[in-house]
Amino acid sequence: MLHQLILASEATGETTHNPLLPETSDLVWSSVVFVIILAFFLWKVLPNVNKMLDKRAEAIEGNIEKADATQKEAEAALAQYTAQLAEARAEAGKIRDDARADGAKIVAEAKDVASTEAARITATAHAQIEAERQSALVSLRSEVGSLALDLASSVIGEALNDDKKSNALVDRFLSDLEKSEKAAK
Amino acid sequence: MQDLLFVVARVEKLHAPNQEIALLENAVTLLAEGSDGGFVGPSINEFFPEFFLFQGTPFEINRIIAIRLLMMVVLILLFWLGTRRMKLVPGRGQSLTEMALDVVRINIAEDLLGKKDGRRFLPLLTTIFFTTLAMNLPGIIPGLNVAGTSLVGLPIVMAVVAYVTFIYAGLRKHPGTFLKNSFFPPGVPWPIYIIVTPIEFFSIFILRPITLALRLLMNMVAGHLLLVLCFSATSWFLLEAPSFFKLFSIGTFAFGFVFSLFEILVAVLQAYVFTLLTTVYIQLALAEDH
Repeated sequence: MLHQLILASEATGETTHNPLLPETSDLVWSSVVFVIILAFFLWKVLPNVNKMLDKRAEAIEGNIEKADATQKEAEAALAQYTAQLAEARAEAGKIRDDARADGAKIVAEAKDVASTEAARITATAHAQIEAERQSALVSLRSEVGSLALDLASSVIGEALNDDKKSNALVDRFLSDLEKSEKAAK
Repeated sequence: MQDLLFVVARVEKLHAPNQEIALLENAVTLLAEGSDGGFVGPSINEFFPEFFLFQGTPFEINRIIAIRLLMMVVLILLFWLGTRRMKLVPGRGQSLTEMALDVVRINIAEDLLGKKDGRRFLPLLTTIFFTTLAMNLPGIIPGLNVAGTSLVGLPIVMAVVAYVTFIYAGLRKHPGTFLKNSFFPPGVPWPIYIIVTPIEFFSIFILRPITLALRLLMNMVAGHLLLVLCFSATSWFLLEAPSFFKLFSIGTFAFGFVFSLFEILVAVLQAYVFTLLTTVYIQLALAEDH
C-alpha cells in the first residue's frame, strides 16, 4: 500500500513523502507540545482540581457529620422529652392516687369525728335532760309541797308553820302520789 | 488519478463499508477522464505543506505544526480559565471543565486502575486524552482544516510515552517477574512457549505501540482526505463539470457535511480509544499474574 502510494506520488512528479516516517521538526515540535501540555496538567490543572475535590469531600463529610450530630441531638432530646413525659404521667398518677387516698382518709376521719361528736352531743343532751329532769323534780317537789301546804292550810285553817310537821306531811303526800302513780301504771 | 484511487482504497479500508464513497469516486473518475479540466484529488502531500518558519533547522514550522501550537495555546487557555478559581460549588465553566476531566479521571483511570494507581497515572492519561482531542479537532474546524495528529510525529511521541509508561509500571510493580511473565505466561505447559513466546513478544513490545500510533494517524489522515475529496469534488462539479453534472455537487456536498459531523465523533472516539488502550496496557502490566 505504502509503496504504491509513494510510487503514485512519484508518478505525478511530486516530491515523495512517507507519511509513516516523521521529520525531525515534526518529532521535535510534537515532543515540545506534549511536554508543555503534560507539565501544565501535572503542575497546574490537576493539583488545583485535586485540592478542590479534597475540599469538597471535606465539606460534604463535614455536613454529613453535622447532620449526624444534629440528628443524634434531636434523638436525645426526644428520648429526654419522652422520659420526662412518662415521669410526669407517673407523677400525676401518683398524685391522683394520693389525693384519692387522702380524700378517702379525710372523709373517713370526718365521718369518725362527726359520729363521735354526734355521740358526744347525744350524751351531753341525755345528761342535760337528766339533770334538768332532776332539777325539775327537785323544784317541783318543793314548789308542789309549798303549794299543797298553802292549799291545805288555807283549807284546814290551821297554820302549818311548824316546819317539822309540814315537811313530814309533804313527804307523805308525795309518796302517796308516787304510789298512786305506780298503781296507775 | 492514481493518487485518487489510493485515497479511495485507503478510505475504504479505514472507514469500512463506505460503498457510497466508492461509487461517488467512480463517478468522479469517469467524468474526469472524459473531460478536459481533469479532477485532481487530494494526495498524501496534503500532509506535507511547506515550511514557512526556521526552514532547514530542526525547529522548522509548517501549517500543521503551527496548528498544533495554536491548539496547545487554546487548550492551555481553556483549562487555565476553567480551573483558575475553583469553588466547592462549581459555576458553569468549572462544571464543564470538571465534567471533561472526570471523563479521564473516573471513566478511564479510576475504573480501570482503581483509586490509587488511577491517581498516579492520571496526569499522563489526562494529557494524552486532551492533547489527542485538541489535536484531532482542528480537522473539522473551518480555517484550520487539518488535524494536528495527521502528521505522524505526535502519534509516535504519544505512543512512545505510553510504551515507556506501561513498561515502567510493570517493572516498578513486579521488578523480578514482569519481563519473565510477559514472555513466558505462567500456567502454560513449556512446549507451548515455542509458539507463545514470539507471539507475546511481538504483540506486547512491538504491535502495541505501533498500532496505537497508526490507528490514530490513519484515522485522522483518512478523515482529512475524505473531507478534502468531498469538498474538492463539490467545487469541481460546481465550477468545471458539464452543465448537467453540476447537480452532483449537491450530493458531494451532503457527503462532505455528513462526514464532517462523523469526523467530530472520530476525533473524540480516537482520543478516548488512545487513552483507554494506554490505560489498559498499564493495567495489564500492573496485574497480579505478572
